[in-house]
Amino acid sequence: MTAVPNPEPVPARADGESSGRYSGWRLLTEGLAGQRGWRRAWAKATPRPRYRVVIVGGGGHGLATAYYLASEYGIRDVAVLEKGPIGLGNVGRNTTIIRSNYFLPDNIRFYDYSLQLWEGLERRLNFNAMVSQRGTLNLFHTEAQRDLFTRRANLMRLLGVGAVRLSREAVKGMVPLVDLDNGRYPVLGGFLQPRGGTVRHDAVAWGYARAASQAGVDIIEHCEVTGMRRDARRVTGVDTTRGLIEADTICLAVAGHSSQLAAMAGLTLPIETHVLQAFVSEAIKPVLDVVVTYGAGHFYISQSDKGGLVFGGAIDGYNTYAQRGTLPVAEEVAMEAVTLMPGLARVKVLRQWGGVMDMSMDGSPIISKTPIDGLILNGGWCYGGFKAIPAGGMCTAHLIARDAAHPLAAHLDLGRFAAGRTLDERGAGPFPYAH
Amino acid sequence: MLRIRCPWCGERDETEFRYRGDASQSRPAADAGLEAFSAYVYERKNPRGWHLEWWLHVGGCRRLLKLVRHTLTHEIRWVGNAEDQASLPREPGR
Repeated sequence: MTAVPNPEPVPARADGESSGRYSGWRLLTEGLAGQRGWRRAWAKATPRPRYRVVIVGGGGHGLATAYYLASEYGIRDVAVLEKGPIGLGNVGRNTTIIRSNYFLPDNIRFYDYSLQLWEGLERRLNFNAMVSQRGTLNLFHTEAQRDLFTRRANLMRLLGVGAVRLSREAVKGMVPLVDLDNGRYPVLGGFLQPRGGTVRHDAVAWGYARAASQAGVDIIEHCEVTGMRRDARRVTGVDTTRGLIEADTICLAVAGHSSQLAAMAGLTLPIETHVLQAFVSEAIKPVLDVVVTYGAGHFYISQSDKGGLVFGGAIDGYNTYAQRGTLPVAEEVAMEAVTLMPGLARVKVLRQWGGVMDMSMDGSPIISKTPIDGLILNGGWCYGGFKAIPAGGMCTAHLIARDAAHPLAAHLDLGRFAAGRTLDERGAGPFPYAH
Repeated sequence: MLRIRCPWCGERDETEFRYRGDASQSRPAADAGLEAFSAYVYERKNPRGWHLEWWLHVGGCRRLLKLVRHTLTHEIRWVGNAEDQASLPREPGR
């Protein structure tokens, strides 16, 4: 696999707003000094009239792209524009799972590169993102499913990505909550990706924002893009609620609203916007130390460090920009939870929310140039964008800085649809609601 | 929960229906070329507002219906047969 490049030392911001370096020693000395030495983690910038690169969207991918542009590719004249406060979009609305157990070799390579970057992320960002490689366990319930999962695991192993097959007994030992002998969907076994796991999602936004800000990136909150300036060939800037900002390159990292932003530049994308719900239960004692996915439906569950069970299911299934969900899917998710783990029947759901996402036409993401020069698209993440944040950021930064696709993301280009090279993991065809 | 007023069966829960996507796409002529077909198969306007869409009443009359629905408020303004012509409301509809 591709080696993770060593981080380059990044100079602190010159304006004296740096939050400094976090360490155990600092925690101790600040504790003794009354916690008065902490500074804001990132600087609130005011927009300048012109940047080399403007990134629209202060979510995971936007902030990561900005960070890698500055730290890996030496481009520091970068602004990240965010409509609201950073971290309140999908980067703060997901179920925090990381994994690379995909089916198509190009996707396995890309997502495993992301997993490798997660593995070194906290040291690199000097920020505790609570990366927990507790494993992701996919259960199978039929012989056909066992064969399909075996094939997927073998493809992963051919590419050097570990996958382990577990017997029924091993599943029971690992997850005592699971009802193996469910009358309709008995559990026959499972596949474990030991390096999969969870990450504290908010800390990902904060960590990238802090590191990007320290590297000189301007993070501009409450700055909504209202229009796109372009000439015949290329983009020249964006109109925002805080005035015109010109740029050589404009990168859209607004998954959920990519179509809206692209339409401002006159582009139509192979994307529909759908809502995915997530749920958290009340905090209970530790019962689940691995991420479990249910093969007889669409359901995934893990337990957070606070004790809440974090779980979700399928998208609601029709175009929507409403960041909430409807009850039929909530009911289905609850049914799946109780079918798989009957002991959860008396656990109360504490919170439920929805995030809107780009469902692409083949179920795979897009990191690509567009027909308009200078306009870069990072989007189409479907409901798998969180795990891809480090690799998505790195590959988007590479595309911006080098004007050529990163070798691990070349397959994610926009041209694949017209060329018939779609990356259809599920074989579901061009129906976003089916992916 | 959406409640969809099927012209044949009356008002029913969304769980009786299956979503079939954007109904504003029209199939190009056979000789329209790659670009037109690529746009037809893959590109979607994906509006944040009124949307013309297909719903199959799979748990009822099994007819394909055409809806005008708002993608932010989920308000359903119009339900008709597959062959009915519908136009999207001009106003943003919030």
